[in-house]
Amino acid sequence: MVKVKIEFSGGLELLFGNQKQHDVDVPVQEGKQELTAGHLIAWTRDNMLRERPELFVKGHTVRPGILVLINECDWELSGATESTISDGDVVVFISTLHGG
Amino acid sequence: MLNRPKTQEQVCRECFFTAFEEEVHQTIVDNKLFKHGERLAVAASGGKDSTVLAHIMSTLNARYNYGLDLFLLSIDEGITGYRDDSLETVKRNEQQYGIPLKVVSYKELYGWTMDEIVSQIGTKNNCTFCGVFRRQALDRGAVLMGANKIATGHNADDVAETVLLNILRGDVPRLGRCANIITGEDSSLPRVKPFKYAYEKEIVLYAYYKKLDYFSTECIYAPFAARGFAREFIKDLEAARPLAIIDVIRSAEDFVFAAASDEKLPQPRTCERCGYISSQPVCKACVLLEGLNRGMPRLGVSRTRGRRGEKAGLHPDVGRGGGGGSSGPAEVASESAEAASTMPAERQGGGVAQAPAGGEGGAAPTTAGCADDGLPRFEAWASGAAGAGGQTAAEKVARAAVRQRGPVEIVYETT
Repeated sequence: MVKVKIEFSGGLELLFGNQKQHDVDVPVQEGKQELTAGHLIAWTRDNMLRERPELFVKGHTVRPGILVLINECDWELSGATESTISDGDVVVFISTLHGG
Repeated sequence: MLNRPKTQEQVCRECFFTAFEEEVHQTIVDNKLFKHGERLAVAASGGKDSTVLAHIMSTLNARYNYGLDLFLLSIDEGITGYRDDSLETVKRNEQQYGIPLKVVSYKELYGWTMDEIVSQIGTKNNCTFCGVFRRQALDRGAVLMGANKIATGHNADDVAETVLLNILRGDVPRLGRCANIITGEDSSLPRVKPFKYAYEKEIVLYAYYKKLDYFSTECIYAPFAARGFAREFIKDLEAARPLAIIDVIRSAEDFVFAAASDEKLPQPRTCERCGYISSQPVCKACVLLEGLNRGMPRLGVSRTRGRRGEKAGLHPDVGRGGGGGSSGPAEVASESAEAASTMPAERQGGGVAQAPAGGEGGAAPTTAGCADDGLPRFEAWASGAAGAGGQTAAEKVARAAVRQRGPVEIVYETT
């Protein structure tokens, strides 16, 4: 089990009971050594999402327009869905899909 | 640390701030957006783009000595649960940046809030009303503040979406203007888009890392808007090839239109009712308002055929699309939306492709011909409206018949 601090921003919190910060324990995927961001997303969708999955996920990744930061770093630098999530990591999902 | 989509560089937070600010500064300098001593109204909605714009403008104005007098201008469309919350954010911005704020509302300008409009006309063409009204409201608000330029927070993604929407609708006049960084430069109130080349992702990350306070909920009527489809497509494009957004904008900048289409472009004149700049005898906002006040919600949205228009006692040009004018393709789009009402709901989209938050293109208003305070004199003609509104039973039957028949070929009327 990996302890992750998840934060939702940019309106995404509305899909998660209007709560921005969540402390969760995520199991590592079967047969894998470490938790990947892709698996975290799938787990979040299956266990935390209250409604409208299509507003959060598209295929195996987040909906285009949602930014992901792992420990304040852009996840594209660590391999996007292949990024490793370790114990105590902070993952932030920011939606850009609203008016400016 | 982040990966900049435009350059694919990996940069740390501080370098990102510097790079982002420098690029906006370069955009401003290269395109000569400002002159020393100008009074600039920053269009602010409390959302991510306008909050970052207010921050960046006040930062750069101080750092590079632009010599600008800055103001915040906010429009209250009267959308409960959306606009009233975001206005709180702008009021906080006023405190944080020390920039005076002016709020202008649809209610005071037009006598209608968006909520009232939607309850009158439904959710299919409400974005048309909002876009047209907001554009004029920004101009009027700027005039009231004594500003001589407006800056909007349109970012690269927005401009790319607008280009696509205009291509999809075949709106040639708008297509030629929508990628311009300055619109209406020859008028008394030009508009500039300092963020034209700034990616939405970078704006959001800038705000996040700098802990800037912004409001982030979708307009409650947005799910019905056509722009949503363009946005989804642009986001998918960006995921596949991040430079695509800038490339779409560059393509639009390089469009050259055949000379023949220039002849059909309407010349700017002023509205007979309120004096606002218009390509038709009566400006779009007045046409839409006339429709609302008379209970004819399709007026200015769909084509008004000759007989119906005359029956309503309107000027013969009101409600018709003139030559390649900006209302022509709009009306065809609504017509096809209407005729295609048997198609699945997702394809119907929203009304006309208006650019977001304030619109683009065309020149700004002159104040000649307006009432003393520059506000439209709609009371006069609105009160003159007799109960000519509504459809006859025969028209309703005919319309129902069209819907049942299914999608039909659109025949362009020549007027």
